[in-house]
Amino acid sequence: MIAGLRRRRALHRWEPRADAPAWRVMLVTLGAVAVAALVVTWVFVAYGVAPGEAWATIVRRTLLEPRGLSETVRKAIPLLLAGIGLLLAFRARFWNIGAEGQILAGAIGATAVALFTELPAPLVVPAMFLAGMLAGAAWGAVPALLKARMGVNEIITTLMFNYIALYLVRWLINGPWKARSATGFSYSERFPAEAVLPTLGSTRLHWPTLAIALVLVAVVALLLARSRFGFEVEVLGRSPEAARYAGIDAGRVTLLLAALAAGAAGLAGVGEVAGIHRRLVEPTQLSLGYGYAAILVALLARGKALAVVPAALFLGFVFAAGDVMRVSLRLPSQLPDVVTGLVLLLVVASEPLTRGRWVRRDPAEAAAATAVAPAASPVATHAGEPAPSPEGGG
Amino acid sequence: MNPAEPLQPRLSLRGIEKRYPGVRALAGVDLDVLPGQVHAVLGENGAGKSTLMHVVYGLVAPDEGSMTWEGQPLRLRSPREAIARGIGLVAQHFHLVERHTVAENLALGFPDAPFWRPTRSLLPRLRAAAERYGLALDPRALVRDLSPGERQRVEIVKALMQGARLLVLDEPTSVLTPAEVDALFAVLRRFVAEGSSVVFVSHKLAEVEVLADAVTVLRRGAVVGRRSAAEGLDRRDLARLMVGRDLAAAVADRGRARAEAIAAGPVRLRLRDVRVDAPGRAQGPALNVASLEVRGGEIVGIAGVAGNGQSELVAVVAGLRAPNAGTVEVDGREPGSGRRRRGARGQVDAGVALVPEDRTKVGVVGDLSVARNLALRHAHRRPFARGMWIDWQAVGRHSQSAVEAYDIATPSTGTPARLLSGGNVQKVILARELDRDPGVVVAVHPTYGLDVAATSQTHERLLAAAGRGAAVLLVSEDLDEVLSLSDRVAVLAGGRVVATMAAADADPEALGLAMAGVAA
Amino acid sequence: MLVVATVARALAFATPLLWAALGEVIAERSGVVNLGVEGMMALGAVTGFAVAFTTGDVWWGLAAAGLAGVLGSALHAFVAITLRADAYVSGLSLTMLGLGLSALIGRAWVGRPLPDPMRTVDVPWLRELPLLGPMLFQGQYVLTYAALLAAVVAWLLLFHTRGGLVLRSVGENPTAVDAAGLHVRPVRYAAVLIGGLLAGIGGGYLSLAYRPSWGEGMVNGLGWIALALAIFAMWHPLRVVLAGLLFGACFTLAFRLQTVFPPELLTMLPYAFTVLALVFTAWRRGRHAFGAPEALGRPYLRGER
Repeated sequence: MIAGLRRRRALHRWEPRADAPAWRVMLVTLGAVAVAALVVTWVFVAYGVAPGEAWATIVRRTLLEPRGLSETVRKAIPLLLAGIGLLLAFRARFWNIGAEGQILAGAIGATAVALFTELPAPLVVPAMFLAGMLAGAAWGAVPALLKARMGVNEIITTLMFNYIALYLVRWLINGPWKARSATGFSYSERFPAEAVLPTLGSTRLHWPTLAIALVLVAVVALLLARSRFGFEVEVLGRSPEAARYAGIDAGRVTLLLAALAAGAAGLAGVGEVAGIHRRLVEPTQLSLGYGYAAILVALLARGKALAVVPAALFLGFVFAAGDVMRVSLRLPSQLPDVVTGLVLLLVVASEPLTRGRWVRRDPAEAAAATAVAPAASPVATHAGEPAPSPEGGG
Repeated sequence: MNPAEPLQPRLSLRGIEKRYPGVRALAGVDLDVLPGQVHAVLGENGAGKSTLMHVVYGLVAPDEGSMTWEGQPLRLRSPREAIARGIGLVAQHFHLVERHTVAENLALGFPDAPFWRPTRSLLPRLRAAAERYGLALDPRALVRDLSPGERQRVEIVKALMQGARLLVLDEPTSVLTPAEVDALFAVLRRFVAEGSSVVFVSHKLAEVEVLADAVTVLRRGAVVGRRSAAEGLDRRDLARLMVGRDLAAAVADRGRARAEAIAAGPVRLRLRDVRVDAPGRAQGPALNVASLEVRGGEIVGIAGVAGNGQSELVAVVAGLRAPNAGTVEVDGREPGSGRRRRGARGQVDAGVALVPEDRTKVGVVGDLSVARNLALRHAHRRPFARGMWIDWQAVGRHSQSAVEAYDIATPSTGTPARLLSGGNVQKVILARELDRDPGVVVAVHPTYGLDVAATSQTHERLLAAAGRGAAVLLVSEDLDEVLSLSDRVAVLAGGRVVATMAAADADPEALGLAMAGVAA
Repeated sequence: MLVVATVARALAFATPLLWAALGEVIAERSGVVNLGVEGMMALGAVTGFAVAFTTGDVWWGLAAAGLAGVLGSALHAFVAITLRADAYVSGLSLTMLGLGLSALIGRAWVGRPLPDPMRTVDVPWLRELPLLGPMLFQGQYVLTYAALLAAVVAWLLLFHTRGGLVLRSVGENPTAVDAAGLHVRPVRYAAVLIGGLLAGIGGGYLSLAYRPSWGEGMVNGLGWIALALAIFAMWHPLRVVLAGLLFGACFTLAFRLQTVFPPELLTMLPYAFTVLALVFTAWRRGRHAFGAPEALGRPYLRGER
């Protein structure tokens, strides 16, 4: 069989190119999703649940029933906010794995305003959003500065800040901000009425956050396409060396994008705490892994701001489906995490496949080239592929 | 060698074909390399020389054709097999691990070095090779501290220690000072005197004249001529074969391309006591220029082997980095003065144009369209920018006219720049930089890797810019280019300007000595 | 006595870090960055526990833990080396997948203590030594000593053998290795798989020895700290040991302060400390010749070798 494969390889040659035709990207993405769906179906069978019925229940409860649909959209909100932020950060090669912590930071900021300031009622919610955004931005700015000034690896620092934020929230709700009525579970005091976001009808969909998210996406899309800043971001993302030559201040742009990304995540935190829980609660209930899932959202969008919307909705669906699976089908609650990880792996693994093609060799070439590697053409350099890889090391 | 008795060739190639999509890199090449012979393969960039060497070394398999080694048929599947047969390659870009020592790098190439402490067993062999061929090396030196000439020596020793009987050198002198070139030639002569062979790829006629016993000239992948030293090698003849037209006369002749004397204008670029430090460098600051002036309409050529402060000089003039001391004045004003900002953008606004060394990675953004690349450095100014927005239509209009004016061959202005040939990429860069009538133009190795037509067009553009009153700073390792274009030549060695002279009076030998850091 | 107890506990605490960091050092020295360490430790922990629980033998469990790490990293190796996809995101996805899968698999065993966990040992003669005895040679797990031994072995192999030279060269300049006629990919595969093995063992240590049980948050960021440790130790196996001990000592000291400070803030310390360590490394880096392997994170483009 190996000989057969060898022969096949000798008849064709993989030619890497740097362009990725849109239809192929779509195809690959859908393929990854399909594989994940297959895996989930297999899990259904393994747990003794009839797959057809399971899927029907899921689709009904997440997309067809109005309440279910609202839940799907609601879960998509933080993904939208964090996702568009990460899209920006990744453009600047700032690998922000800390969205989770930045969401929590935003929640802390919002709680601080809600519980400890005396503002006139109509100003409270805007102030909360502002505070949350600033808190999130600050939380992300520290690793960004460390990277910009000292070259410290941002993957690890943003991640460490996630844990720090987590324990910070825990300390707050167990210590200084602990509600008087709390026994057993810890949480903060309830937010006053003016600090609570209105929801759509009888659902839990806190539409102001959604509105902010959509506006943010539109603004980002516009900026990237038409503004000077957007052009600088594009150049920086594609070639930091050329950007330097072009007079673009990479440090400033990176810092700005990192802060924006973290601020957007902070907004998501405000939405969660003011729209859903109405108090500061146990962090793992506050952000259900939205920060990590947002990475997938940003990657699926492949640099196009508007594509974040369908990507976020898709992942919102995954999360909502996870709930349905847990509650109605009695399946493990970790399935959404597994699905997210799997789709991410498949998407990233298939990325090189979008950028090349099989070329048939002519027979003479095939005969001569038994086991010799198809070498790069004389024009190619020894540089690595144009994949979005950050610099290594701390 | 008795000319009456033909020797059997050590290496023989027949009918070698190699095709890549869209280009026939090698078209039926025949080659014979005799024992005891230095065989030069001559041709322009893109003629197929490197591809041929890759075939000989086993990195690339030919689509058609056959090879014979010492009478036996040769089919190479990897460089390892080539090494085993006795073919050694010294590539243009060295394959060395910078952070490791010389001994460690050598040990890498030795499968039969012992598993435990491999470097120790190599020391005696290294010493033997050094004595035999005159290649002195400190086995414990870190590669990153070595000069290009010394690094090349490591590569040569590596090949020799692996028992090479045929050494293939790909453009070996491009990074060497004239003195190092002589040393290399001496080593090669000793090697060949033992009966081994050398294949030496080059586009430099002067060296081929001096060193080669036999020459094969390639053009567009095919052999267009063979000459031997016994019959006498004539530079003009070789140039004509290489280039195919009587541009050869212009190429072969060295001399100033501009006959008219220029009435030099006011000083437009002035460096005063500029120092750029390099922490960790034993030899002191990377750049230490007391004074350098370029007038409008004048071309000053900076000659020198790479690594002697050229990149720091360019960076400081273009604003990419601030000097640790001293001032850089453009039209009498320093960066940061008045409304001008510091940094690269400030220099752009001051009218400094830069044609960078690395045109594909720095000069253009490969994935962006030609139109966007044409707006790259000036996107923050009118007509492209309006406030914080970009007028993409203006960008489009500008790119159309630039493509026409500069004769850029591209399917459309929306084509990504990476699909353009080297010459056309350079045209894009020139169009962008020179179009706005800059006051100062810095051109770094502007014709590296370009064919003759593109080279002459680039030279024309630079001359035209000078003609319009710009002060041009030309940094190049190609002495011919520097001498033919410049009015004045300054030599950078060790970060200092060690010699300045009018190009007309320049003596190549004195220049070479200055480049090597030896006072004339 | 405080010093003795601190060092002893630091050793025990740092052991999983040592295993995982050593593995990552080897992988990164060959040029492949593996951000999936956290996931592989989790997989190792849960697999080790499951097998040990079912078979009643911790050593089978440990073997299974190592195997789980190898399998996980094999996936990453395939994606990053053969497919030449982005190694950073691939590793990240592996962590997400690993954490999710391990939680999924471990459901059946949550909260159930291991009936026959790995026991600590006292080194027979050395334990009588004054001061050093109780500090280093009493009450430690075999895996701790094994980790130290592994570090020494790794150091010898990396810096004093040809195999190690080739591995380091692959991480610095794979083109040079290719031009020397050697194969780059198998070397990288081997390095990544070894890294996975060690990470899996590190995870197994957690669930079989240190805290013989399984819980979803068992690894809790130790994998990430191990990554930072590899950087802090400048990719040198012996420094990994020193750095690990340093980290361990800091955490143990922090726990002692529990009476004074709220526990949540103290739990924060390891992570904050990691950040500080990275800052310190970056700050010192300007003066050293050390740095990341040159080719770290970049896929090798030269054909199918």
